[in-house]
Amino acid sequence: MGIKIRSPKDFYSGLVFILFGVLAIALSRDYPMGSAMRMGPGYFPSILGGLLILLGFVIAGRALFVGAEGIKGGAVRPLLMVLGAVVAFAFMVQPLGLVLATLALVVISCLGGLEFHVYEVGLLYLLLTALAVGLFIYGVGLPIKVWPV
Amino acid sequence: MMELINHLILGFGVALTPINLLYCLFGVSIGTLIGVLPGIGPLATIAMLLPLTFNVPAVSALIMLAGIYYGAMYGGSTTSILVNIPGEAASVVTCLDGYQMARQGRAGPALAIAALGSFFAGCVATVIIALFAPPLAEVALKFGPAEYFSLMVLGLVSAAVLAHGSLLKAIAMILLGLLLGLVGTDVNSRVRRFTFGIPDLFDGISFVVIAMGLFAFAEVITNLERKGKRVVLTDVQTLLPTRADLKASWKAVVRGTGLGSLLGILPGGGAIISSFASYTLEKRLAADPSRFGKGAIEGVAGPESANNAGAQSSFIPMLTLGIPSNAVMAVMLGAMMIQGIIPGPQVMTERPHLFWGLIASMWVGNLMLVVINLPLIGIWIRLLTVPYRLLYPAILLFCCIGAYSLSNSSFEVALTAGFGLLGYIFAKLDCEPAPLLLGFILGPMMEEYLLRAMRLSRGDPTVFFTRPISLAMLVAVAFLILMIIAPAVRRKRKEVFHE
Repeated sequence: MGIKIRSPKDFYSGLVFILFGVLAIALSRDYPMGSAMRMGPGYFPSILGGLLILLGFVIAGRALFVGAEGIKGGAVRPLLMVLGAVVAFAFMVQPLGLVLATLALVVISCLGGLEFHVYEVGLLYLLLTALAVGLFIYGVGLPIKVWPV
Repeated sequence: MMELINHLILGFGVALTPINLLYCLFGVSIGTLIGVLPGIGPLATIAMLLPLTFNVPAVSALIMLAGIYYGAMYGGSTTSILVNIPGEAASVVTCLDGYQMARQGRAGPALAIAALGSFFAGCVATVIIALFAPPLAEVALKFGPAEYFSLMVLGLVSAAVLAHGSLLKAIAMILLGLLLGLVGTDVNSRVRRFTFGIPDLFDGISFVVIAMGLFAFAEVITNLERKGKRVVLTDVQTLLPTRADLKASWKAVVRGTGLGSLLGILPGGGAIISSFASYTLEKRLAADPSRFGKGAIEGVAGPESANNAGAQSSFIPMLTLGIPSNAVMAVMLGAMMIQGIIPGPQVMTERPHLFWGLIASMWVGNLMLVVINLPLIGIWIRLLTVPYRLLYPAILLFCCIGAYSLSNSSFEVALTAGFGLLGYIFAKLDCEPAPLLLGFILGPMMEEYLLRAMRLSRGDPTVFFTRPISLAMLVAVAFLILMIIAPAVRRKRKEVFHE
């Protein structure tokens, strides 16, 4: 008889915490530990990492015995489009300027929604660009390039 | 008493300057706006607008950011009452009776009592801050590193206890936050930790990046997954509550204010828990509890007063001890640090203008909010009809510009997207992100105090148990954990959150 995971939510949370804990301890090995009296930069993160692994095991372990809640499946499109829009903005704003980066952000992020009307998205883009340039460039004076040149 | 009056005069002198009035008005208007709009909370907004305040004087910046927080408490009730969707988390319980009142054609009185109750609560909470903050700061000035470390443990653990969801997961999120807070160059050894050789990480991860990613981006993604239409009840005829309404609700307002002020001060407290607790209390005290959920005005008056009182009094531990009691306060603390202010009890004595100016501005802001919310209610109702698909690209754009302006680096914007992904995963796994943010802000400070306490004690860890104040706090921590493990309390806690 195999082990059944009663609460996938908790089980995977536990795994995530264990992963971060192991990562913290592994990386902290490069930093001097010092002693309790003179703690080195590796001391505190190692303690935290250890505690995180411990808690991770308790959470994942409990998930084998209690709970009955599954993970709700998510839609991939909103996730990809929202994060994609942000990443596109991130790498376009420096070389191409705010106006074009905003275009990418608005179009890609709107593709993540349920409805997409070209006319509406166009208007939204114009409005947001005007607002962003007016408020952030002229208003606050952020040193961000507006146009590609 | 004389001293208090002098302090308040000093404070109003600062808060009533034209420029600060303007920042206050801007803050409370934005707060009302995002409170009204479901899908964006005060935390994401403060993180989003924070980069705009870098070149603004510290007092004005904090006045504005604080205004967003308590302004959202006013705005949130409008959406709960008219749409049956909480405009923000602390107005969840207002939906229960507020929306029912609106369906019975009594939206006006519900809105009015929510605003007036909030105003009363805001005024009382302002006085409570002025009264209780100075003695608390005085005590805190005597704290050594051991006391501070234990205080932070207490603050973090009680935040985990009061967060809803699993206690173990909340504590794990705190630990993860503490670890993320250590990324960057260590102040003591100059060793670069967890930076993977990336220069953008040498100064650590900005808390703006974490707050935007975990809260704003993750919220947008989960909102987009949800389908369904909202029905807005725009029919608000008369705002005036009847004499019977006032008679039925004034006691609830007073009780809600008291409860909120108390729960706001406790570490881990704040607006959300206050509103839940107040609703439960009102239902318990009512002569006929069956009216609740069917449009009982006390069910609006109590929680709405409580959430505003709780929002404001949660400034007390943040301003006097430098300990954030909830995630919004953690962001406020971060905002102070960006302005070069070291949080702690010395803020009050070293920067009285900032401290008392901020407190006085809260009273001014509450007055503005009553005006903004009652006569102008029509404008906010119209805003409710703006569909979310036009809103979220704006949220994303403002976040991106804000993240980019931190240090004009594309890396930080991309990192924000990374935290957005992490936040989405945590949302799917039911892990609350708020404790992580608290841990993140306190991480470096906690390490510093631990290090100093251990150096002073020559490496003897019993120092935390032999110093009385520190011991008392750790006993409180143990008590809290025992309490939550005890099944009776566990059931009760569930009840409060599920009602």
